[in-house]
Amino acid sequence: MLDPVGLLAELTHRCPLHCPYCSNPLALVDVGDELTRDEWVRVWSEARALGVLQLHLSGGEPLQRPDLTSLVGEARSLGFYTNLITSGIGLTPVLAERLRAAGLDHVQISLQAADRERSDRIAGTRSYDAKLAAARLVKALGFPLTLNVVLHRQNIDDIAALLAVAEELAADRLELANTQYYGWALRNRAALLPTRAQLERAEPLVQAARERLAERMEIIYVVPDYYEDYPKPCMGGWGRRQLTVTPNGDVLPCPAASQFGATFPIDNVRRRPLDSIWRESALFDAFRGAAWMREPCRSCPRREVDFGGCRCQALQVTGDAWATDPVCRLSPQRALIDAAVRTANAAPAADSAPALAYRWSAPRALD
Amino acid sequence: MSGIRPAARPRFRPFVRLQWDPVRGKQVLLAPEGALVLNETGAAIAALCNGERSVADIAEELGRRYERPVDQDVATFLGRLAARRLLEFAEEQAGNA
Ligand code: SF4
Repeated sequence: MLDPVGLLAELTHRCPLHCPYCSNPLALVDVGDELTRDEWVRVWSEARALGVLQLHLSGGEPLQRPDLTSLVGEARSLGFYTNLITSGIGLTPVLAERLRAAGLDHVQISLQAADRERSDRIAGTRSYDAKLAAARLVKALGFPLTLNVVLHRQNIDDIAALLAVAEELAADRLELANTQYYGWALRNRAALLPTRAQLERAEPLVQAARERLAERMEIIYVVPDYYEDYPKPCMGGWGRRQLTVTPNGDVLPCPAASQFGATFPIDNVRRRPLDSIWRESALFDAFRGAAWMREPCRSCPRREVDFGGCRCQALQVTGDAWATDPVCRLSPQRALIDAAVRTANAAPAADSAPALAYRWSAPRALD
Repeated sequence: MSGIRPAARPRFRPFVRLQWDPVRGKQVLLAPEGALVLNETGAAIAALCNGERSVADIAEELGRRYERPVDQDVATFLGRLAARRLLEFAEEQAGNA
């Protein structure tokens, strides 16, 4: 068994945004159930002892934790590389300076689209200006900045403008990653999956920007796996390098894995030490390595490359967590993916797409 | 990567941290999206990347220390780090400005 390298700490599920592709589970953790500062510090020292080096402070919106600065300070003194994954909403100059002083290493800010109107519409709240202000603040304080844009049918045509915004903000890294279709995003798939023509227009623009900005900005571009022949090595392999701790202390192999609660007990740091969860828990054990695989994965030469793909995608699309990831061309269920791709390409792109379901219970206007 | 020129002066990008990991007993390079555990030679090379020494300087210094030619090792290792965008080269930066 390998040592874990990265831990995603979901400090809270509270979030001012309502993104229609939100990766948090459909049932969110209550504020009252969130791990306390001291509990997080204990979990992180256990994680450090296990070999974890990178700590991704995420949410929800981690800036909603009033004790964030103190948490960052503790994380740094434990020796982690600390990465704040934020919407930028709530990052005041005072807080940003405190985080800098506490030793925060890196900031990742999400942007929903290149222009205010569209970005605010996708986020479901007025947020664009605050995000740009936060990004400028981050750079002014000398933090390295990653801009993260989740791409989909309704913003991928703006890729040139997105690249221009990232360049103007002097982002060190730009992540242009197409939506992964589970959880909330799967529900909105028809409104989010781009057409082949959209992808074909985007690709050369990304390539050209990569060449032009080579020394200044790293551009990560991820196409939807629905358009690929083989799945991605999700999380670098289940229970191999990464773990996620949810706001109430559940420990998961990936942020989307809470849905496995129906099949496996989900361990919690309040009841079991992290090291025992990593090494022995039923959920981590279930899909580690290749022993769990069936055909066609079991005898496939790529099984150490992609580890049979994404377990969450297998479960959600085929109903069987042990199935080959259905995006794989060798999967007997690839037809399910092809059907979604056909539907996406039959309908005209962009603004005529079906309405988005936002992350709130009752519809409301932008305030 | 064969594009590492002997005159280039490598340094880590500002978001990269070189650190001792007591758990593994090794030097590690930390960056936003990955960590690299270094072996002894890698750690020795990394320690010399300060944006002032050239690739040739580093190879010479380590060659003396190990009493064997290490130019190839140094070029390969730095090429790998550059490909992962952990390194930048002082000289090329100036050329771009
Ligand atoms: S059959 Fe399984 S291991 Fe082979 S490429 Fe497909 S998902 Fe990967």
